[in-house]
Amino acid sequence: MSLKQGGYIPRDRGWQPDAFTPPYKTSVKRSPQAALLSMPTTLGEETGPVFGHDIIGAMDNDLIHNFAADGQSAIGPRIIVHGVVKDESGRPVPGALIEVWQANAGGRYRHKKEGYLGALDPNFGGCGRAITDETGHYEFRSIQPGPYPWPNGLNDWRPAHIHFSIFGLGFAQRLITQMYFEGDPHIPLCPIVGVLKSQEAFDALTAPLDMNRTVPMDARAFKFDITLRGRRQTYFENRPEGL
Amino acid sequence: MPQVLHNLRETPSQTAGPYVHIGCTPNFTGIDIYGGDLGKCMKTGPVKGQEITIKGTVFDGTGTPLRDAMIEIWQADAEGLFNSPEETRGDADPNFTGWGRSPGDMETGEFIFETVKPGAVPFPDGRLQAPHITFWVVARGINIGLHTRLYFEDEADANAADPILTRIEHQNRIPTLLAKSEGSGTYRFDIHLQGAGETIFFDI
Ligand SMILES: [Fe+3]
Repeated sequence: MSLKQGGYIPRDRGWQPDAFTPPYKTSVKRSPQAALLSMPTTLGEETGPVFGHDIIGAMDNDLIHNFAADGQSAIGPRIIVHGVVKDESGRPVPGALIEVWQANAGGRYRHKKEGYLGALDPNFGGCGRAITDETGHYEFRSIQPGPYPWPNGLNDWRPAHIHFSIFGLGFAQRLITQMYFEGDPHIPLCPIVGVLKSQEAFDALTAPLDMNRTVPMDARAFKFDITLRGRRQTYFENRPEGL
Repeated sequence: MPQVLHNLRETPSQTAGPYVHIGCTPNFTGIDIYGGDLGKCMKTGPVKGQEITIKGTVFDGTGTPLRDAMIEIWQADAEGLFNSPEETRGDADPNFTGWGRSPGDMETGEFIFETVKPGAVPFPDGRLQAPHITFWVVARGINIGLHTRLYFEDEADANAADPILTRIEHQNRIPTLLAKSEGSGTYRFDIHLQGAGETIFFDI
């Protein structure tokens, strides 16, 4: 008998948002209507691209400076966002690539199709990336993004948020989500947050203020832990595949 | 009260939103950073096997192309091996990453991947799967990334024996997973999120 990594544990579709969520209007015509076809994970989902620490530049996880002119920095409340990436069994995931993007302190994105009248910050690009260390930790520095209006209802505003894209070890773990900030009164009003099915799910995306990691006279800290799907661990009899 | 299972719950998904390209393909949006966008080039040198081009568009339920999607693909090399530390069967072609990412054309939404035709990969029970490429689609309005697979229309024998394709109840939907050859190594694979020709998506 030996211990084997089995397939990925199926996604909990009762916990994850549905595709069709009418209060978030864009989902109405972009949601598949047939049932998803269930299948076990195969090699194509259990493997995935893995990115080396060598791709990460010294400034990649510093959004305050990575787009700023020499000697300049982005405007806004300085923050540190940090956390641990684990799988569903609680094991840390080292080597996970995290890409983030966000609006500036005035709620404005640096994008051609962005129409909000909030001002651009010439020293803020709005993207960063990091790879988790051996213990699954990541950290980046940024400015706290502002809330912004969006065309859904006539007066819908997004809570302040940071978008996260995460790669684990297997393509089955691929995930995109958003981090919100503790205490933001927009969280319960937002139709995008509202696609989540429970207060527990809202809470899972809300980063608490972490005074222990705050740097005095410099930056406040928020802690955002991430859980990726896990694999079954099973003892199995040694026998050739397929028998 | 029984003992508590200390399993964690997967972090809930949220839409990638309209500005996913700022974070994932910043150079495409005009933010000059990182020395280039990840996943733009799948070949880092001479590759083994047949080089192919895959083109396609993602359509919503009204037939309108999505111009704010991000499409990622993941596949084996020409010999059926994945360029991944989780690959234990052998060493994949070192000049082929197997992973591509496309923001689509800013005006038309059409995505393009310059890749190689994948070899066959075994299913967990040992049977061979037909050559296929995993697709993952995110965009504004998509609450959780959609997984689908591209199979090749010109691999009819392999497709007819594929463990996944053969278990699909609605066989009339299988053409939604088939890339059509347009000649000279180019294949078209359009994705329909909704409607009569809705692509089959997988709960993997
Ligand atoms: Fe946003």
